[in-house]
Amino acid sequence: METAAEVVPPRTHYVNAKYGVKSWLLTTDHKRIALLYLASVTFFFFVGGFFAVLIRLELLTPQGDLVQAETYNRLFTMHGVVMIFFFLIPAIPAVLGNFLVPLMVGAKDLAFPRINLLSWYIYTLGATFTVIAILLGGVDTGWTFYTPYSSTYSNGNVILTGLGVFIVGFSSILTGLNFIVTIHTMRAPGLTWFRLPLFIWSHYATSLIMILGTPVIAVTILLLALERLAHIGIFDPALGGDPVLFQHLFWFYSHPAVYIMVLPAMGVISELVANMTRKNIFGYKFVAFASIAIAVFGFLVWGHHMFVSTQSVYAGMVFSILSYAVAIPSAVKVFNWTATLYKGSISYNTPMLYAFGFIGFFIIGGMTGLFLAALGVDIHVHDTYFVVAHFHYIMVGGTIMGYLGGLHYWWPKISGRMYPEGWARFAALVIFVGFNLTFFPQFLLGYMGMPRRYYAYPEEFQVLNVMSSAGASILGIGYLIPMIYLIWSMRYGPHASANPWGAFGLEWRTSSPPPTQNFEKTPVVTWEAYEFHPREEREALGVMDVLDRTLRPDLNVGDRG
Amino acid sequence: MATHAGLAHHFDDIEQQREAGTLGMWAFLVTEVMFFGGLFLAYILYRSKYPTEFAVASNSLNVTMGFINTLVLICSSLTMALAVYFSQIGNRRLITVFLLLTMVLGTTFLVVKGFEYHEKYVEHHVPVRFPTYEFKWEPHGSDHAGAHEASSLAVDTGRVEMFFWLYFAMTGVHALHMIIGLGILTTLVIMTRRGRFTPEYHSPVELSGLYWHFVDIVWIFLFPLLYLIGAHLHR
Amino acid sequence: MREHIVSPKVYFAVFTALAVLTVVTWSVAKLDLGFLNVVVALTIAVIKATLVVLYFMHVRWSSRLTWVFVCTGFFWLAIMVALTLSDYLTRGWLTIAP
Repeated sequence: METAAEVVPPRTHYVNAKYGVKSWLLTTDHKRIALLYLASVTFFFFVGGFFAVLIRLELLTPQGDLVQAETYNRLFTMHGVVMIFFFLIPAIPAVLGNFLVPLMVGAKDLAFPRINLLSWYIYTLGATFTVIAILLGGVDTGWTFYTPYSSTYSNGNVILTGLGVFIVGFSSILTGLNFIVTIHTMRAPGLTWFRLPLFIWSHYATSLIMILGTPVIAVTILLLALERLAHIGIFDPALGGDPVLFQHLFWFYSHPAVYIMVLPAMGVISELVANMTRKNIFGYKFVAFASIAIAVFGFLVWGHHMFVSTQSVYAGMVFSILSYAVAIPSAVKVFNWTATLYKGSISYNTPMLYAFGFIGFFIIGGMTGLFLAALGVDIHVHDTYFVVAHFHYIMVGGTIMGYLGGLHYWWPKISGRMYPEGWARFAALVIFVGFNLTFFPQFLLGYMGMPRRYYAYPEEFQVLNVMSSAGASILGIGYLIPMIYLIWSMRYGPHASANPWGAFGLEWRTSSPPPTQNFEKTPVVTWEAYEFHPREEREALGVMDVLDRTLRPDLNVGDRG
Repeated sequence: MATHAGLAHHFDDIEQQREAGTLGMWAFLVTEVMFFGGLFLAYILYRSKYPTEFAVASNSLNVTMGFINTLVLICSSLTMALAVYFSQIGNRRLITVFLLLTMVLGTTFLVVKGFEYHEKYVEHHVPVRFPTYEFKWEPHGSDHAGAHEASSLAVDTGRVEMFFWLYFAMTGVHALHMIIGLGILTTLVIMTRRGRFTPEYHSPVELSGLYWHFVDIVWIFLFPLLYLIGAHLHR
Repeated sequence: MREHIVSPKVYFAVFTALAVLTVVTWSVAKLDLGFLNVVVALTIAVIKATLVVLYFMHVRWSSRLTWVFVCTGFFWLAIMVALTLSDYLTRGWLTIAP
């Protein structure tokens, strides 16, 4: 492996190939579009985080004393809307997915590059409407927009916010469409389905959900807008409508949406675990099929959000059983990652730390999901902080850690620079501590009965709330640190070689950063996904490690490092 | 394979590009199935809850216009398919002819729809409540033979109104898709006149055809489900 | 997959079938068949839609992957309808013991 002094960056790559604002805003290069998305989602992460700060400040004291009740309703609503639709759903697919999918399949770009750019503009348009809605005071219905409050009684900017969400949904649909077609039709020669990186399998499954689920929330918001504007009565009991119909339509998308948020992160973890333990993922095919199974089963469980909604008990039982079923493929993945670690050659670097964090937090988040899937328990903890803790463990402890882990792992590929490992590990630890301190107390609070979406609470809950708010400030600092050093590294970080991690994946077979057309020559794949061999076994079997370029130079196509 | 004029730089050959385009359009149409599907779901629920009101309300629609529109759309699917055929064999003139015919038929559909909507507006069947206009339901006048039979069924105005919002929502979203389709066809006509299509490269015509046929399929379901629910009450 | 060019004769035949089926739908709707009205109307609609998908949209000559995409779309709609109905149709089936 070269030292920093030896690494010569490529003369021309996708960043310096063309200069000027127009070359970025009118680009069709998937790598540049990924960076456009990176800027956008980072901005909204901080917007959503700002609302979270205000929420946690309010909850330092048992009384509602920082803001009024109405305002508090708007704070948690906008926190949810922004974080879910403008950060969590796009983050990994639109940033890491857009950047890596063509590289990983050996293609020059996605199937529809202009549609890719269009999806970013659509995101920006939806984001604009939402920002306007925020500036006009936001909405107070909760991100779930339940009727009849949202359709009949709310004074907030329901339609404006709904418009923002409606529009950004199309961005999601176009991204998913692009991934599915690319993965089906543009794989490099020799790259069969079971040689694909598991990151691709996860993004394929995610794209299925985007295509099949997002249109339903679009039509739901449309109906909500019609109800609000024209009082047609779809969700209004007084006019013969059923408010629970809204919940069915809403959750038909919004439950699979949580798998849109977590599946890509799982894909990242598979890459990290395989490459940082230098072992093939245990049970590759099981993990691949588990991704598809999660996507499919994820559509069959939405009623578990509606156990107390007057949904029929019989339907509740069906949804409960199916919710237990959907946990099985997730568990398979966790077992297989863990089995991969056994007798692996583990590097405890930053990406791996994030991977460990993901696995641990996902176990807790996932298991508490099973508590919630049990009808009897859910009656007790529905609409309490138990639910809030559960989904934050998955979305923050899971998805965001997967996102950060992936961002660090692929940072050298994206920017051509290495981040400072010391600071990065420190930040990861700060995030780990901050996260636990913020959200673990919330399980206890919820179990003890503290309702969610309330700005005041009984005195006896204050200690745990203060712990949670303290944790939130630590978590915030933990998130700021990578922002600083990643930006710093773009200018001052040491140059990265084509494959600084010695990892598998076609993206490591080209320069860091890659040229605009991705590869000098289209790779021809003759190896399995993670074909690591320990040196002794290699010599014994006479098999060559694909990475041993002195022995098989023909396998390192396009490598310039 | 020689580089072809219509081949995009990131594809290996025109065949891969074609397959990608077809899959991409079908993936999009799947999203449309789910989008309209939400409306169909609401329809299924409310019709099963209020069967009488739905039948009675459906009777007040102009079935003749609905029937004509169904035939118009089926014709337009035929002309669209023929436009695709001529793009496959490279007859520029006939591509234009059939694209224009499709547009004429599509416009006819929208004009007839416009008359229908106007009729509903005049009869106060638009399910809104504004200060200046309100939904009003009374059984039909003398122009329908089954009026007496219909009025003898006890109906709840609110439930009748439920039918009408579904009617306007479903046909309205459908009409919006038709308008977009007309825009797409206009673009295709312009591209054809400029000689952009050859027997090797004409996928925009094919893919637009897929979209157009899909919009036709939606109407194939809307016609019986909206217009014919109560047709048997006439006899 | 090489492109398959369909003869206009096929299109005209399908068109005729669709037109005839539309007339049939309308005529049958005027008879009172009870719950069968819906069944017949939907069956004819499904047949018409299938003809359009297979012939006008060329799915009959398309790759198997295209077939999978088409079927998946309709199957997913069926899932949404079926599971939602499982709520509405069963409300009141199970009551809480007194």
